[in-house]
Amino acid sequence: MPTPTKGPRLGGGSAHERQILANLATSLFEHGRITTTLTRAKRLQPLAERLITKAKRGDLHARRQVSSVIRNKTPRRWNGEGDAYTIVHRLFNEIAPQFAERNGGYTRITKVGTRKGDNAQLAVIELVLEPVSPKQAVVREAEGAAKRSVKEQAAAEVEDTAAETAEVEEAAVEEASAEEAETTEVEADEAEAAADSDEK
Amino acid sequence: MAVPKRKMSRSNTRARRSQWKATAVSLATCPQCKSPKQSHVACPTCGNYNGRNYAEALRSEHA
Ligand SMILES: [Zn+2]
Repeated sequence: MPTPTKGPRLGGGSAHERQILANLATSLFEHGRITTTLTRAKRLQPLAERLITKAKRGDLHARRQVSSVIRNKTPRRWNGEGDAYTIVHRLFNEIAPQFAERNGGYTRITKVGTRKGDNAQLAVIELVLEPVSPKQAVVREAEGAAKRSVKEQAAAEVEDTAAETAEVEEAAVEEASAEEAETTEVEADEAEAAADSDEK
Repeated sequence: MAVPKRKMSRSNTRARRSQWKATAVSLATCPQCKSPKQSHVACPTCGNYNGRNYAEALRSEHA
């Protein structure tokens, strides 16, 4: 859950802010990339990402929740029946599937300098449609494999020691699991660090 | 209510205001076009930021 906003609302009132954010979200899903002020972009981000999460869920309840925010504006094509080419339809049927591999972080904000008239900071907020980087996938796979192998080893040791007395068996398993837990944590940390450095 | 007893002299006013100074913006060099740019902001010259291009946004908003 995103942190509730502090300070004054955008636009001058709670209702006005809701309208502004709904319009911005609609435009974002229509165009994929919009330029607005940095403050508005930062307020829009959590709303837009929650809408995408709902769109990924894709059931009727999610669709109704999204429809209560997104303006049911018809983009470009006018020959659709019902809600066939509305923003909500596009969000659920075109945008959400592209985020299937991505767990959060669906939007990106980039500062693009200041506006001439009032020197307001401007930013581009866009959908992150690039594929999830292969390096991250490899790291996740490696972590999963490490965890699996540890579990298998632990299970094997339990079977080996089954013949021995119960006390010895328990002690051995506890020791082994403790040691392995430590090693896997270290490995996971190293993998994460490597991933971070790769991203930078 | 507390109010000033004396009019403030022009000299004092100007001496105080002489301390109002603007600081120069610190600039970095754009890795694409080598022109000066602010950190964490898309390059105003070529529009590149972190391998992505925002020239279109810059054109439409600064014209
Ligand atoms: Zn540049």
